[in-house]
Amino acid sequence: MSIAALLEGKRICVCGGAGGVGKTTSAAAIALGMAARGAKVAVVTIDPARRLANALGLEELCNEPRRVAPRRLRVEGLGPVRGELWAMMLDPKRTFDELIERIAPDPGRAHAIKRNRIYAQLSSAVSGSQEFTAIAKLYDLACEDRFDLLVLDTPPSRNALDFLDAPGRLTAFLDGRAMRTFVRPAGAGVRALGRGASPLLSVLRRLTGIDVLAEISTFFALLGDMTEDFSRRAVQVERLLRSERTAFLLVTSAQSEPIDEAIWFGRTLRESGLPFAGVIVNRVHHELPLPAEPSQLAELLSGRLEPSLVARVLENLHDYHVLARRDARNVERLREQLDGQPLILVPQLDDDVHDLAGLAAIVRYLFASADERERMLAEVVC
Amino acid sequence: MFVTGKGGVGRSTVATALGLLAARHGVRTIVAELAGQERVQRAFERPVGQFEEVELAPGLFTISIDPQRAMEEYLRLKAGPLGSALGSSRLFQAFAMATPGMRELLSVGKLWELAQPRRRTSGAEPYDLVLVDAPATGHGIGLLRTPRTFAEIARVGPIAQLGQEIAATLQDPAQTALVAVCTLEEMAVNETLALEREMRDSGLALAVAIVNARYPQRFDAEDAQRLAELAADSAPPGARGALRAALSAHARTLAQTEQAARLARGLRAPLLELPYLFAEHVGRGELEQLADVLEQALVTSPRRRRTR
Repeated sequence: MSIAALLEGKRICVCGGAGGVGKTTSAAAIALGMAARGAKVAVVTIDPARRLANALGLEELCNEPRRVAPRRLRVEGLGPVRGELWAMMLDPKRTFDELIERIAPDPGRAHAIKRNRIYAQLSSAVSGSQEFTAIAKLYDLACEDRFDLLVLDTPPSRNALDFLDAPGRLTAFLDGRAMRTFVRPAGAGVRALGRGASPLLSVLRRLTGIDVLAEISTFFALLGDMTEDFSRRAVQVERLLRSERTAFLLVTSAQSEPIDEAIWFGRTLRESGLPFAGVIVNRVHHELPLPAEPSQLAELLSGRLEPSLVARVLENLHDYHVLARRDARNVERLREQLDGQPLILVPQLDDDVHDLAGLAAIVRYLFASADERERMLAEVVC
Repeated sequence: MFVTGKGGVGRSTVATALGLLAARHGVRTIVAELAGQERVQRAFERPVGQFEEVELAPGLFTISIDPQRAMEEYLRLKAGPLGSALGSSRLFQAFAMATPGMRELLSVGKLWELAQPRRRTSGAEPYDLVLVDAPATGHGIGLLRTPRTFAEIARVGPIAQLGQEIAATLQDPAQTALVAVCTLEEMAVNETLALEREMRDSGLALAVAIVNARYPQRFDAEDAQRLAELAADSAPPGARGALRAALSAHARTLAQTEQAARLARGLRAPLLELPYLFAEHVGRGELEQLADVLEQALVTSPRRRRTR
């Protein structure tokens, strides 16, 4: 199965997975490959490696996709790029600010919200803001309808599930329903917490101090009707993510822990009814063809290389095979746990991907048919 | 001691190896995980338990911290039965968990509680060292800042007080250290350098950076050339795979050497290195192996560290 087949008829591709598994690279390669096939594609990256960002012409955070100059896309091994590749590097704080500016009834209100300390906490340091704004941006781009395909790289988190949970948590906060029960907006809220408040509220006040509640109350007073806009958007975002024109791709490496996480993430995607399309396994150490006996290999080499070098080649091969065995077992485990979703394996390459030629090499694996992939692997390993 | 670093660099592994080393030297240690993955318990093939302090080896414990459980515990301790009632109210849970920063504050609060010489949790023994398997770099820093932010918002009252107290502990180099783990890849090195810069701006120092998973250097440039020549023309069939693996390893060590140089140039904190483990699974044996390497660097020959 190739990525092109998986993304047939899709408008959105979300790449999820644990940190450090090559998610950003996979997202960029998917976008490049689809652009090469004639689509107008935008890739929303979160935190690309500097060199890869430069290769895509992204020198800084920018909140609108920019077109990657066609001359940059003329790289060996890719062929002519018939479509367009656009890229952006998400700026969470700015995305949040822009959202507030757009939804606020007037600039004065937007300004007041941006100065509120609860908002400052909400829109910056705290985990969840990247996830929330990434989805918000994706939704806005989807509404604009300028691109055939949007590819979203998800924020680097410890836990792949954060990406699914965090926006919901934030929306639950902004939506304010739970909150309003405890803290009524405006001054009335603070008063309500005074005399006559329920015993639970007085415990809450004793535990947090009045100022936290007052600040939250002010924040919601400022938001006012905007909370409804947030809820409405959340419903639409949810619909977009569940649409049959959206594909969730899981990215993992072949090491044990990321595979465990991929299994878990895949299960969650299925349970939550999200359109789970397949898994990309990066950095796979494939089995190398060997003579039946290790001693035969030493004999084959000993005439041509000095003994110490032969010994080191064998030692290295031994280590390689430990990893190849590990990866084979992990991939098998993953396959057993999947519900028939396709697996696309990308071999361990010699260097990090940091330019378009490197991306083109990944594109070749991602977009190959099963037969082509076999052939390419045979070239790599023999 | 907060152990942080980019996703996938082996923070849990390094935190646990540091824990083993500490426990070997009679330091009563707990490794605290925050992401609810119980990786440490799994590495020791222990039945996975949430929010319990589990002993893994003599003097080495672990706990997986869940913010919601931390909140329930805090409310129970602070406000007795009423607090418990509040904590079990679903509406209140939704409220608290959705409040920005609250999850982080509660997690840090529990870490702080673990580190107190007099534990609040009844019947709990104090620890000499709390090793935190912290979230990925960016979020990790957010975690450290949360208590201060809350203290500032709350100004007065119990949250303000606790926030200030925790923030003071975190800012005190005599009590708190930050350890960066990285692999020799561009992004991981960038994050480590950025982390140190950011900490310096807030008047803090990185205690040590630990390079994880360094490949052994088996071939020099001359070897590589010979192997490449042989692979290109006269390699006997059956030997190509082995040559290919050797050349690949050489290319990777070159890339790692380049990143190691960049890290050493940019970093002020002392550097330690752990080898790549060619193992199918990182279990107790592998962790002990890494603890041996750390012991060699930190305990047996600490001079090497100072002269760097």
